[in-house]
Amino acid sequence: MRTLLVIACLLLSLPAWAHKPSDSYLSLAVQNDHVEGQWDIALRDFNDAVGLDSDGNGQLTWGEVRDKHREISTYALSRLILSADARVCTTQVLEELIDHHTDGAYSVLRFHSDCSGPIERLVVDYQLLFDIDAQHKGLLRLTQGGHTSTAIFSHETPTQNFSIAEQSRWTESIQFIHEGIWHIWLGFDHVLFLLALLLPAVLVRAESRWLPASEFPSVCWNVVNIVTAFTVAHSLTLSLAALDVIRLPSRLVESTIAASMMLAGLGNLYPMMMTRRWMIAFGFGLIHGFGFAAVLTDLGLPPGSLLLSLVSFNVGVEIGQLVIVAAFLPLAYLIRHSWSYPKLVLTGGSLAVITIALVWFTERAFDLQLFPS
Amino acid sequence: MIQLIIVTCVIGWYLLTQGGSASPEPYRPTDDAQVLERLSFKASDPLARELNALRSDLQKNPRNLKSAVRLAARYIEQGRSEGDPRFLGQAQAVLSSWWNEPTPPPAALLLRATIRQNAHEFNEALADLDQVLAAQPTNAQAWLTKASILQVQARYDEARRACQRLARLTASHVLFGCLGDLAGVTGQSAKSRELLQQVLADENLTGRERIWIATILAETAARTGAIREAEVSFSEAFKVGIKDQYLLGACADFLLDQHRYQDVISLLQSETRADGLLLRLALAEQALALPSFKSHTAELVARFAASRERGTSVHAREEARFTLALLHDAKQALPLAQVNWNVQREPADARILLESAFAAGNRTAGQPVLDWMKANRVEDFQLRQLATQFQEARF
Repeated sequence: MRTLLVIACLLLSLPAWAHKPSDSYLSLAVQNDHVEGQWDIALRDFNDAVGLDSDGNGQLTWGEVRDKHREISTYALSRLILSADARVCTTQVLEELIDHHTDGAYSVLRFHSDCSGPIERLVVDYQLLFDIDAQHKGLLRLTQGGHTSTAIFSHETPTQNFSIAEQSRWTESIQFIHEGIWHIWLGFDHVLFLLALLLPAVLVRAESRWLPASEFPSVCWNVVNIVTAFTVAHSLTLSLAALDVIRLPSRLVESTIAASMMLAGLGNLYPMMMTRRWMIAFGFGLIHGFGFAAVLTDLGLPPGSLLLSLVSFNVGVEIGQLVIVAAFLPLAYLIRHSWSYPKLVLTGGSLAVITIALVWFTERAFDLQLFPS
Repeated sequence: MIQLIIVTCVIGWYLLTQGGSASPEPYRPTDDAQVLERLSFKASDPLARELNALRSDLQKNPRNLKSAVRLAARYIEQGRSEGDPRFLGQAQAVLSSWWNEPTPPPAALLLRATIRQNAHEFNEALADLDQVLAAQPTNAQAWLTKASILQVQARYDEARRACQRLARLTASHVLFGCLGDLAGVTGQSAKSRELLQQVLADENLTGRERIWIATILAETAARTGAIREAEVSFSEAFKVGIKDQYLLGACADFLLDQHRYQDVISLLQSETRADGLLLRLALAEQALALPSFKSHTAELVARFAASRERGTSVHAREEARFTLALLHDAKQALPLAQVNWNVQREPADARILLESAFAAGNRTAGQPVLDWMKANRVEDFQLRQLATQFQEARF
């Protein structure tokens, strides 16, 4: 695409395939009477607005950015006005960090905005950079409870209104239960781990052979033990992580979860290794709990009802888990006498779990992509 | 077996705790000397000084149209060099006092037309130009811009009439550049090349003018298969010594067609900021099976996603090409190429649509290009080859 202008000199417009125009990324989490915010603004844009390159060498260093922290914060805050109904909220920058987006380094401003009273209608007046760059846009992510909406601020639409639906505790709690159920169903790693542990529950080991268990109550007892141990363990770590008491790197958690599946599968192939399955369930349940917590953090926990949403999410996980057990147990109990159960279901199933787990473990631990997702 | 498990676990844990993966989280740098960003120019560069002087002029007198137009034009030119659309947004901001007036002064309208044309708002840009021409029927710049937009829209007869209005309004080389560009895509390449060769011989051309004419000549020659002549013209354009993103892209495309991948890499390896150039670099890396191909492709995926997030789609041509040639997904590429074809119709747009339709095995989707080629007697041997394959293929 080519065009030219001739007045005094010849001017050609630039091709459309240049890099990205100026954007900022604004996240607002509305929480009852205040807003927690994060605002990513390109350092190049700040340089145009407040001048960051103090030594004029064409490079922006962390030192130069840090020195201008006050100017950066003041400039940014003067360009964003949040108000709840008619009250203007008072905003304070908490910290300034750095992040990298596709078009370069960004200053990340974390801020807190106090609106002195419950927010029913949030008005966001966004005026960043429009006077310098008329094609600048602000990309907003607004979260309230577990619900996220997006909007784009531009020169033409700098002010936007958001109605903050007052979610009742009940609907919020239902939402988290729902998320919990879906997470255990869609997060195959938890299901596979649990199933791998449950596969031998309808059998008993005698003289190095698998025999069908004779009584239903003992099978049930076995299953209850395992499921309870798993539940207690993951509830414990889920709570600790969600309340921010303990934090583990997600790569470690995710790969240990994969390792736990491998171990559960191997335990079925080499039963002498594991006589007390409930202990395995408990031990690795601790790690699975961290995995659940990561999901919960992604959903955005409303601090106003932290405990309620935590409990609701956990209840959801247990419901999802019970449904799986309820579907598995009678079926396994019915076919436990068949020759195929120990061979096909137990051995084959365990091998399948181990294979999948091995792939996941390698991918997660070594940060590889073995198969296209 | 147990030992094996233990060994695996130990190695796994070790690697995890040593974890070398980049954290996607915002962080607080620990070293003050860490360079976070490189700007496109230093404060001491003549350009920076010039822009600063123009800016402070304007600050003193924000309603001064003359300073505003000078600054905005300078920003647009800088955008052309750097391929950075921020400069266009800045040009628009400079013109904001006049931008929303019902009848802005012609000088502001002209720049607004250029900025709108860049955003692919072709009809709005043409309306601006007609408004300029109603007030100033002898405004050469408006006729020239109008001609080039009409050419992009494949409205060749109207474009030719607009070019012809340049006679007697401006230097002859501008008229010849305008007509030559048009002739090159409408079946008169020989005439076009002859004309443009003569223009290039003129010693009085400015640098930008020389790049402009030499690039048209090189592209026209390349399309007709005159490889040597194309090469000479490209080097003539580079000799001027002004950085020009369009020229870099056009030359890279020429080299890619010649399978000169190593040359593409030498030309573009430091040009990873502009998406269109990164795309061409990744294409060359793919052909040479270089490891950097993977990371550059991932980078492009992220950039196109970021672009979509902002809700604009001026990148349809590049995204279609990326989707087809790097992601090898004809099904996704075709609709992008079609959307693009509805907006702009240059040989490159025709090619990506025909290639996508071919790869997707969709005969009707390629038909508009065949019709366009026939109606305008398009001389482009790459396109013709492709069209023949397309017509002979059994889908």
